[in-house]
Amino acid sequence: MLRFILMRLGKAVIILIAILILNFFLIHAAPGDPAAVMAGEAGAADEKFIADLRARFGLDKPLLTQLGIYLGGVLQFDLGFSYRQQMPVADLIFSRLPATLLLTMTAFVISLLLGTLAGVLASARVGKWSDTLISTLALLFYATPLFWAALMAVLLFSVTLNWLPGFGYETVGANYTGFRRVLDIGQHLILPATTLGLFFMAVYMRMTRASMLEVSQLDFVKTARAKGLRSGIIQRRHIFRNAMLPVVTLAGLQAGQLVGGAVLTETVFAWPGIGRLMFEALAQRDYNVLLGVFFISSAMVLLFNLITDILYRFVDPRIRVG
Amino acid sequence: MSDPVLRIENLRIALPEGADRDYAVDDVSFELNAGEILCIVGESGSGKSMSANAMMGLLPDLVRPVGGSILFDGVDLLTLSEAQLLDLRGRRIAMIFQEPMSALNPLMRVEDQIAEVFEAHNLLTAKERSARAIALLTEVGIPDPEKAARAYPFQLSGGQRQRVMIAMALALEPEILIADEPTTALDVTTQAQILELIRNLQEKHGMAVMFITHDFGVVAEIADRVAVMQYGRIVETGSADAVLDDPQHDYTRKLIAAIPKLATDREQDAIGRQKVLEVEGLSKTYVTGGGLFGGNKRVVKAVQNVSLTLAEGETLGIVGESGSGKSSVGRCLVRLMAPDAGTVRLAGQDMAKLSGRALREARKSIQMIFQDPYASLNPRSKVGRIIAEGPMAHGVPKAEAYARAVELLELVDLDALSIDRYPHEFSGGQRQRIGIARALALEPRVIIADEAVSALDVSIQAQVLDLLAELKEKLNLALIFITHDLRVAAQICDRIAVMQMGEVVEMGPARAIFENPQNAYTRTLIEAIPGREKELAAAG
Amino acid sequence: MADFWKRFSRNRGAVIGVVILVIVLVVAILAPVLFPQSPWRMVQRPFLAPLDMPSHPLGTDALGRDVLTGLAYGAQVSLLVGLVSTVAALLIGIPIGALAGYFGGWADDALMRFTEFFQTVPSFALAIVLVAIFQPSIYSIVAAIAIVSWPPVARLVRGEVLSLRSREYVEAAILSGQTSGTIILRQVLPNTISPIIVLASLMVATAILLESSLSFLGLGDPNLMSWGYMIGAARTVIRQAWWLSFFPGVAILLTVLALNLIGEGLNDALNPRLARKGK
Repeated sequence: MLRFILMRLGKAVIILIAILILNFFLIHAAPGDPAAVMAGEAGAADEKFIADLRARFGLDKPLLTQLGIYLGGVLQFDLGFSYRQQMPVADLIFSRLPATLLLTMTAFVISLLLGTLAGVLASARVGKWSDTLISTLALLFYATPLFWAALMAVLLFSVTLNWLPGFGYETVGANYTGFRRVLDIGQHLILPATTLGLFFMAVYMRMTRASMLEVSQLDFVKTARAKGLRSGIIQRRHIFRNAMLPVVTLAGLQAGQLVGGAVLTETVFAWPGIGRLMFEALAQRDYNVLLGVFFISSAMVLLFNLITDILYRFVDPRIRVG
Repeated sequence: MSDPVLRIENLRIALPEGADRDYAVDDVSFELNAGEILCIVGESGSGKSMSANAMMGLLPDLVRPVGGSILFDGVDLLTLSEAQLLDLRGRRIAMIFQEPMSALNPLMRVEDQIAEVFEAHNLLTAKERSARAIALLTEVGIPDPEKAARAYPFQLSGGQRQRVMIAMALALEPEILIADEPTTALDVTTQAQILELIRNLQEKHGMAVMFITHDFGVVAEIADRVAVMQYGRIVETGSADAVLDDPQHDYTRKLIAAIPKLATDREQDAIGRQKVLEVEGLSKTYVTGGGLFGGNKRVVKAVQNVSLTLAEGETLGIVGESGSGKSSVGRCLVRLMAPDAGTVRLAGQDMAKLSGRALREARKSIQMIFQDPYASLNPRSKVGRIIAEGPMAHGVPKAEAYARAVELLELVDLDALSIDRYPHEFSGGQRQRIGIARALALEPRVIIADEAVSALDVSIQAQVLDLLAELKEKLNLALIFITHDLRVAAQICDRIAVMQMGEVVEMGPARAIFENPQNAYTRTLIEAIPGREKELAAAG
Repeated sequence: MADFWKRFSRNRGAVIGVVILVIVLVVAILAPVLFPQSPWRMVQRPFLAPLDMPSHPLGTDALGRDVLTGLAYGAQVSLLVGLVSTVAALLIGIPIGALAGYFGGWADDALMRFTEFFQTVPSFALAIVLVAIFQPSIYSIVAAIAIVSWPPVARLVRGEVLSLRSREYVEAAILSGQTSGTIILRQVLPNTISPIIVLASLMVATAILLESSLSFLGLGDPNLMSWGYMIGAARTVIRQAWWLSFFPGVAILLTVLALNLIGEGLNDALNPRLARKGK
């Protein structure tokens, strides 16, 4: 197990280095002077700042040397400096990261739980009205643009009905502490997390339903029926566990989309995470921040993948023992 | 024999609309007596499994009984509620299936799957269940039952899994055991062991066994009584001896006649004839896994130092069980797989060393017929194209290649108009004929038939074997016939090579192999052939 | 073929999908005829609510531009980007998958590591970075979407080719002396067409979602009116003018839904074996 984790970590590190190299070349491939690109929108930074950048990243040295300097910097958690925000990019990102982690993890759990639950329900009632309802909802969620769902949720639950806050991370100026604060953040979390999870919920639901139906056709289910087991036990113990294998795999792969989707959700809800940071950086053409967020969100995806890989090993003995 | 424990009367089971006939089972009646093994025999699609599934209330969706009754203990099973059926299943009627590989839940330990049978009927405590599981595994003869109990299905072999299935079926001492083709997916030696196990357990527990099979050899081994089914109807019933020795119905006669006989009267002498193929020291080792981020490496010695020769007009059989390396030999000969070592001398050239254009040219003389009639023809090509493609790749003009395709189709007894049809319009046997025509298109000197008749029903199998023998004569071909079925080998081969774990353990004239095997494994293999003893007894 | 249409038309959802898509397509093609005014032109006072004036049934936006006209021209952008980027992704993914699956070994290893890299990277974030750095334009958007969406194609084609490669008819083709090129083009790829068609129809839907998301963030082509841009521009005024973000969203939803329904219908019709398992 330890060997497996180490091996996966090694692979993750290689992918992260590849992403850094990609980042590096993107800066150089961008139209215009790399120093100006790193400094932000052309003309926004002063001469001295650009000269500093040139010296620091050896911009007149050969490309490979520059790459070395760049990678060396990242190793020391140096993701560059945001001229716009007057702050190191790494500090900027790490101050925003917890909010994004909270949002994406919550959305992940909500979508996986509700998605599989609905999928199981639908598969147990194939062809009945509840299956039709769930399947139709899944089709709709699957086709709904994330940002639009977020906007409509704000319009309905926040503006019109005034049930839930549709803006920010907590109530500004309320200065809640302790449990009251947790509750406040929780209330602010409901709409962003649900709308972010909507698409993925649809994905898991469809997958679970299809997988349950497929597994229920397999031979060992017939064996279980021939034993005289009640259909509830067969559903739970034999069909569900086997049907979850592809869903877990998919969940790992979809985690990347979830992190990407956070950019849209955080933009709509003014959620102070790295997605919102990315949106702000876009408006200001602050490329260092943009690439830094891209790098960190890739690292998050790798983390999600690692977690699902480990989970998978627990569910499937063929991989664990064999 | 005592009273019937189960009586099926005028059973009729409807198929969904659009099926090839209205009823899967049509007006079927028979009895199952206590303490007997009744074999239901039939070819694929005869409806032989349907009445068994109806007894368990486990018919596939859309298939339902529409008439008749299944009387068990004075009650018609067709009238029972789901709850009543639940109580019956596993406890009074148990069932084992064809595919041991897929019949167990891959994510559950063997022990838990056996314990479930008790749990389903609310019997015993958890601790007692696990003790019983081990006792049952011991009874069905699994080596190291404690360890097997803790194992997951993928850690057991096919035969061991089928033993686990039998253990589960026996758990509550049912009155009836239904065995639906339980040995079809197993190797012949494993099959013999499982048949013996079922027979012994049946005697010990006094169960009635309903044994469904397509194989008359198996019937001869195990049956007390036989019912033969065709198109959903029972065409003949009777004691095993009566049906096998003196079949009354035409269909039964035809089926029994189609079984390849073990006796081989071939006395062909290949000495002095020109050798077309000489293989020496052929070896192939697979390594799976490993790599930069892979797990443990696994090394399989598929072919080890195999040497053989093939003379003009000769048929050499390569027989062995699954994993013996017999197919790997065939694939190395045509270079679908590159051997690690050894020479394959074909018409003076070493096939094993060729590549590119020279290899393509050399392959014209050595062609292959494949196992699966459904996977061996491109579903998107017309038959004419399938046959003409080879010659065209070697520069034959299109018109000529298609004209030749028509001749070849006629040679394998298919209509010339077939060239404009797609593979899915043909039956399994016809597709196999198309595959043969394709192999002949390049005018090869050697043909390798890899399990070429294994996927076919016995009556079709006989026709294809006859065709092969006839073509061999007519075209003076040399044939390498790879098969797991010793009966088929006995019928068609002049010489036989027996393979085990990648090695040829014995090779010689077919007659010598069958009548006087020298190697211990060859003997086991031959003794395991179902129906052999009965056939020997009949031959006197 | 007739059989295919019969199976396809039996699927009610798929037929609805085709109807919706045809409507969107007709509107997109006829947009310059139906709405000769530029979608960027101010035609009325700002924030005109829907149904207030029959000439502007869906109202006007913050700059007095007609919403309905914007929707019609937006359909052009969505369909164009969806289609072109999918074709581009297929052109990258199919050769990579086919080569990896057919030749196996180190070629497979190298190509699949490469694919895996692109599959691991959060695709939307990469698309944002690409469009931002190469400046928003219809070309950079199409390229970015193609770059983030080809990996599933490569994986699908590789898997199909891998299983087809060991199919007996391919082995027979090898033995009959056909070259690798002929075998891939004649024997293997034609049999991967159905799953590729199904995947492609779903990819067009995803591409439309991606394009609208990029435009929503302000990364659309500044010269083209698109649905995502309309919603992005209306985001800050959602409290005053709900219709500005509502209607373009419905347009996206319906188009994407239609494509998904068509994809499912194609899947059922092209793989009749799977269709049986309860729909």
